[in-house]
Amino acid sequence: MSKGIIHLLDTTLRDGSHAVSHEYTLEQITAIAGGLDAAGVEYIEVTHGDGLAGSSFNYGRSLVNEEDMLVAAARVIKNGKLTVLLLPGIATVENLERAAHCGAKAVRVATHVTEADIGEQHIGIAKKLGLQAFGFLMMSHMVPPEKVLEQAKLLEAYGADIIYIADSAGAMLPEDVKARIGIVTDAVKVPVGFHAHNNLSLATANSLAAIESGASFLDGTCRGLGAGAGNTQMEVLVGVLSKAGYQSSVDFYKIMDVAEDLVEPVMHRPQVVRNSPLMLGYAGVYSSFLLHTYRAAEKFQLDPRDIIAELGRRRMVGGQEDMIVDVAYQLAQTKNSV
Amino acid sequence: MNKIKVAVIGPGNIGSDLMYKILKSKHLEMGLITGIVESEGIKRAQAMGISTSIEGVNAVIADPAIKIVFDATGAKAHLNHAPLLKQAGKIAIDLTPAAIGPYVVPCVNLDQLQEEPNLNMVTCAGQATVPIINAIHQVAGAKYAEIVASISSKSAGPGTRQNIDEFTETTSRAIVEVGGAHKGKAIIVLNPAEPPIMMCNTVYVEVENPDEEAIRDAVNRIVKEIQLYVPGYRLRVPPILDGHKVTTIIEVEGAGDFLPKYSGNLDIITSAAVLVAEKIAEKLLAKEVHA
Repeated sequence: MSKGIIHLLDTTLRDGSHAVSHEYTLEQITAIAGGLDAAGVEYIEVTHGDGLAGSSFNYGRSLVNEEDMLVAAARVIKNGKLTVLLLPGIATVENLERAAHCGAKAVRVATHVTEADIGEQHIGIAKKLGLQAFGFLMMSHMVPPEKVLEQAKLLEAYGADIIYIADSAGAMLPEDVKARIGIVTDAVKVPVGFHAHNNLSLATANSLAAIESGASFLDGTCRGLGAGAGNTQMEVLVGVLSKAGYQSSVDFYKIMDVAEDLVEPVMHRPQVVRNSPLMLGYAGVYSSFLLHTYRAAEKFQLDPRDIIAELGRRRMVGGQEDMIVDVAYQLAQTKNSV
Repeated sequence: MNKIKVAVIGPGNIGSDLMYKILKSKHLEMGLITGIVESEGIKRAQAMGISTSIEGVNAVIADPAIKIVFDATGAKAHLNHAPLLKQAGKIAIDLTPAAIGPYVVPCVNLDQLQEEPNLNMVTCAGQATVPIINAIHQVAGAKYAEIVASISSKSAGPGTRQNIDEFTETTSRAIVEVGGAHKGKAIIVLNPAEPPIMMCNTVYVEVENPDEEAIRDAVNRIVKEIQLYVPGYRLRVPPILDGHKVTTIIEVEGAGDFLPKYSGNLDIITSAAVLVAEKIAEKLLAKEVHA
């Protein structure tokens, strides 16, 4: 007997974009989006890793123009919903309107876990544009469950259709996930989702913990391709959900084929938990800092783990990629003065 | 010694900080602070012996001695205030995102704008980063400039939060219009860490001519100039060149006049506004002497 339906969102073409330094080509986007759609994925997220308007010096430039990317994906998505990510402070309502014009059907408005109010405007406009609006709380490990709940309630009041709790640093243990998802699902009426990172090798386990606590939406990426040590591996998740007695709309064989035939060939490196992503999870640092940290470590001749540990001590949040150079510069000055 | 009488509309955090700075000014006399209700800010000003009113802009218009008016309300309110102030012959210094008049960043373009009846103070990030962009542009040519402003959650007020797009859009425009870059982009990140972080700004400029020495000298010069009116303005990371990309990081610690020191983001915009008023006042006083 089925324990219920789990809605799946694939973010290979958004979170996975970090792992290929935002260098997806239009051909790759078309093939992967089409494959995901044919495999039955309900929500297919396509954007620069840092969302709409993310292409920048600070986060890395996209190879392909944002609107071309969305139009290409929209053309091949027949059954699923083309979804975009929007971080208030980076993208604006104007970016959202253009994305909707290009065929986006849903938007995830993502803020740091304590700053939901900066997304009120964007959730409101999304609803006016007829888009499905997700509220997405990043770095949820940084605050106690009660604070997550307070912010989730704000998102619900702003009109969010779905509320996501994101473990952006891949820093949570299953107990941390259960506490946060549990308290939110008990108190809000809208569905709740969970977005994991695999920095502590717990993405799949944490995703299971989330649905056991009442979540009904989960994120994944093919081959786990994503920032840091990547996300929950979608094809694995589909198999695990099936074994655990849950239903999803995704075909197990077809999603495995997308992962092996379409995604694996475009990967820049195997998606494993190397030392630096492990440090991200351990220190609670935003996963997309990884590749920027490697570059800064090389430039300033430092151990990337030291940079990550210091970023964690300073309690840096998502979007503060610029502070990697700041930390590296200060560490190098200290090292040279000894 | 002669002073020019000024008023502040909007007795919130920004308005109150302006008041403290005006009280220290050589050329400005704190004539009036107005609001629309008996707020905490109005009561504080009263307790300090400053004239107050809850008649908003009308009280300001009614006093012909007031020559310069700081508007620290909101964009919608300033759209109403601006024509009234202009009609009454008062110079408006607009700290809202309304931007009816030209953007002014004191150490970049104030000298060209002193005849304008309405001046807009851009945003805090604009005040902090546009001078750096312009300094680099002068010596190396800015094809593109991008800034990331990190601000403590505690110093981002409800106005900024309800319309964060206005912040990035206004700052991007000022990067081009005042900074001189061909294209501009602005990003803002709020960080809730405790104790609150200082305002931190990263400035990336894609230059035509990556002359490291000229860029470093230009940045050092402009930092010293800004420090004259914002003593807590500091270079955290001096310009680093990576091909044609120049990265510079600056920090702004507030003066702690009314707002806490971590609110450097608010301090830099109020300091810049008061400096603009002082320059205008100097001119007005010089005219009086000649008359």
